[in-house]
Amino acid sequence: MAAPKKGRGPSGGQGRPGRALALILIAMVALTGGMFLSGHTTPRLGIDLAGGTSITLKAKSQPGKPDAINQTNMDTAVSIIERRVNGLGVSEAEVQTQGRDNIIVNIPKGTNSKQAREQVGTTAQLYFRPVLAVTEGKATPTGTASPSASGSPKPSASPSSKETASGSKATPSASATTQGRAVTGALTKDTSPSPSASGTPKASASPSASVDPATAELQKKFAELDCSTKAGRAKAGANVKPTDTTVACSSEGDAKYVLGPAEVSGTDVGSAKAAVDQQRGMWIVQMDFTDKGSKKFQKITSKLSTQQSPMNQFAIALDGEVVSAPQVNETLSGSAEISGSFTQQSAQDLANVLSYGALPLSFREDTVTTVTAALGGEQLQAGLIAGAIGLALVVIYLVAYYRGLALIALLSLAASGILTYTLMSLLGPAIGFALNLPAVCGAIVAIGITADSFIVYFERIRDEIREGRTLRPAVERAWPRARRTILVSDFVSFLAAAVLFIVTVGKVQGFAFTLGLTTLLDVVVVFLFTKPVMTLMARTKFFSSGHPWSGLDPKRLGAKPPLRRSRRVNAPTDPKEA
Amino acid sequence: MSRLGSLGARLYRGEVGYDFIGSRKIWYGISILITITAVVALAVGGLNMGIEFKGGAVFTTPSTSATVAQAEESATSASGHQAIVQKLGNGTLRIQITEVDLSKSDAIKAELSKDLKVPEEKINADLVGPSWGEQIANKAWTGLGVFMILVVIYLAIAFEWRMAIAALVALIHDITITVGIYALVGFEVTPGTVIGLLTILGYSLYDTVVVFDSLKEGTKGITKQTRWTYSEIANRSINGTLVRSINTTVVALLPVAGLLFIGGGVLGAGMLNDISLSLFVGLAAGAYSSIFIATPLVADLKEREPQMKALKKRILAKRAAAAAKGESAEDEQSYEDDVIEEPAPAAAVVGQRQQPPRGHGRTPGKRR
Repeated sequence: MAAPKKGRGPSGGQGRPGRALALILIAMVALTGGMFLSGHTTPRLGIDLAGGTSITLKAKSQPGKPDAINQTNMDTAVSIIERRVNGLGVSEAEVQTQGRDNIIVNIPKGTNSKQAREQVGTTAQLYFRPVLAVTEGKATPTGTASPSASGSPKPSASPSSKETASGSKATPSASATTQGRAVTGALTKDTSPSPSASGTPKASASPSASVDPATAELQKKFAELDCSTKAGRAKAGANVKPTDTTVACSSEGDAKYVLGPAEVSGTDVGSAKAAVDQQRGMWIVQMDFTDKGSKKFQKITSKLSTQQSPMNQFAIALDGEVVSAPQVNETLSGSAEISGSFTQQSAQDLANVLSYGALPLSFREDTVTTVTAALGGEQLQAGLIAGAIGLALVVIYLVAYYRGLALIALLSLAASGILTYTLMSLLGPAIGFALNLPAVCGAIVAIGITADSFIVYFERIRDEIREGRTLRPAVERAWPRARRTILVSDFVSFLAAAVLFIVTVGKVQGFAFTLGLTTLLDVVVVFLFTKPVMTLMARTKFFSSGHPWSGLDPKRLGAKPPLRRSRRVNAPTDPKEA
Repeated sequence: MSRLGSLGARLYRGEVGYDFIGSRKIWYGISILITITAVVALAVGGLNMGIEFKGGAVFTTPSTSATVAQAEESATSASGHQAIVQKLGNGTLRIQITEVDLSKSDAIKAELSKDLKVPEEKINADLVGPSWGEQIANKAWTGLGVFMILVVIYLAIAFEWRMAIAALVALIHDITITVGIYALVGFEVTPGTVIGLLTILGYSLYDTVVVFDSLKEGTKGITKQTRWTYSEIANRSINGTLVRSINTTVVALLPVAGLLFIGGGVLGAGMLNDISLSLFVGLAAGAYSSIFIATPLVADLKEREPQMKALKKRILAKRAAAAAKGESAEDEQSYEDDVIEEPAPAAAVVGQRQQPPRGHGRTPGKRR
């Protein structure tokens, strides 16, 4: 059924063995070349082989919101988690959705699962904090800062307070300037006892606090804070309690802030949406507070609106980064608008952040796996050894049973192996394929499937020889029927792999992927390699003469003596057979 | 090679052969017995579900001098649940705690690290929430269902509905046996097991499909001859593909055996072991069922067709007549002799393209 109907008959596939071989050789050379050119000469290893932490999150369905688990929300969650995880400072952490409602977080080499889990966090980390000071995003060279710098050495900073909050009449106002006293003023409110700040002159930096030696430590942190790098930004926000006064970077990295304790948290926001301000024709974000949140927000805005810039700003801090810091010009409650230079995208992003807390969905940890590099290496080694043993057993069996024919089988297996390896290496960077233990298993199991195709073909050839045919016609006559069998059975095998791949998650997918890939490659190799090589080999004396070691000795196979060949005239080219 | 090769030749020509169809009732009986045993074992003993299905934590330490008892005590006191500790071949400890809260696992890990004197970051941890296994199992069931429907449709189109049904029965048979063995022996069921089980789907059918392919080929134009009944041709199909079936099964089992050896012998436990164990059992069941169950079942179904009934009647009548004539006792036995003498004409009987009876086509059951 699955067999193509073309090319039947003894002459069909015989003609161009060279062309097919050239095709597959070119493919192999191209893949190998591509592999070396791209610099990915080994398959990317999964967490279980390379070591690291892997976390599977599952979106919880929310009552009343059956459509909440959709592609958009999942993608938003992925990008937020990605940002958090990469803040850990480990490289190449990867976050991806799998299936409809799962997110897999893979952190290679990171085995501190505790930290990773906190960072991935399933709870909202969104806070509204009063801005106490703001300055340019770079670290201040500590050496040059003088202890007595009571003024504002860097008044030029015009940070990212692009947005302005207001009730109904928002005022897009000028950006804040750095004010040294802002910090000192603010720090007096700080409850944390911090004596002898003046004892650390090196630490006091641009927004210096000579008036009140409150938290020198905070100043030091603020001075050293470097918002120009991703890691620096993430570090600033790490492990900060909402009740602390803290430092933070803007998410663009162009400004840094000293922020007071959180006054309103993400859970206080009822809903938020992006909208177009009809009058001014610009994107704004509208938000509504819960009852409790409304009171809190009223309190903070009434306080802030009396302050001077920049202390009349509040920062919307998501995971320790300031995503927006609008100014407040009047006391607000119930609802608020945030205006500024939003694009549609940025307005929607902010609205998402505001309305869903940190993540657009709430997640539950389903699995957390930590594998040390040692164990990963051990497992990889075990997998490779198992593969080698399996391969060796198959080779021994094939040689014992098929003798010379085994050479063709081995060449085909090698071709299949090269294709599989190069494709796996290239698929790593291309589609994020990572070779995990089940995938190794799948590849080993596939040795059997691939070898089976050769067996089907060889047995057909032998049958033809038993019929009394010489090798060359036997090879050609056997092919069309073997081809159909191979296609039908490979189709079933591929179907199983495809179904597995679609309905499953995580490790099982790796297995199904390898199995499907190798099944496809099996068809390619048999068609473009095994068959042409067989045709070519049939022309050699070794095989065509039925050498005892060729595996095709007519006598051993119990072939009919070709005495009836003359009677055969009317039958052999039956197209249905062939 | 030579021995099996010549056996292959004799099987091919029908010189030797086992009457799979004739003795099908025995094999049906055996299979039903095994299946009942499996179902009973499943119902009584149930499956030994692994941590992935119950939720909990598995910690694996690096090679350590700490004893099993030490680890057990430490883990039990830290978690408040009974811990199961195994010492693996390479000196590592595998500590398994069921139904432990995921949020407590970090604390348990810290405790273990302190008590067993291994650095915390050297401990491997596998934490599974309580609903994870359910999710995996649900998806596996869905996959199984979808696959079965697709495969039945495909086989019904590619072959015919009777073969699709027989293949499905064989498939269910294989899975039941595999699951039953897990219930009987008490092997732990893990996601690896499920992967292996699902892979059997493809493999079991792979074998069956090859026999069916040969059967389909052999029975082309069957009604145009009066020599063999459907069952007889089916039997020859099985015998003809027997060598290939054996080879396939051996070649498929060898790598799996390698996996099992390494997974079980060297790593002690884990994914390799789980996948290969269920694959091993399933593959063996699959090879058995494609020969002893699937094809005889097709023959049974097929013989119910009025056409086939009529054919059988004609053939039996013809044989009776021949016997009466006293020519050469044309019964089952001699038909095989007949084949030895003249294998080629056999094909004509199968009637490819209505060749004249003396034509030289294929013998039935020749495709592999």
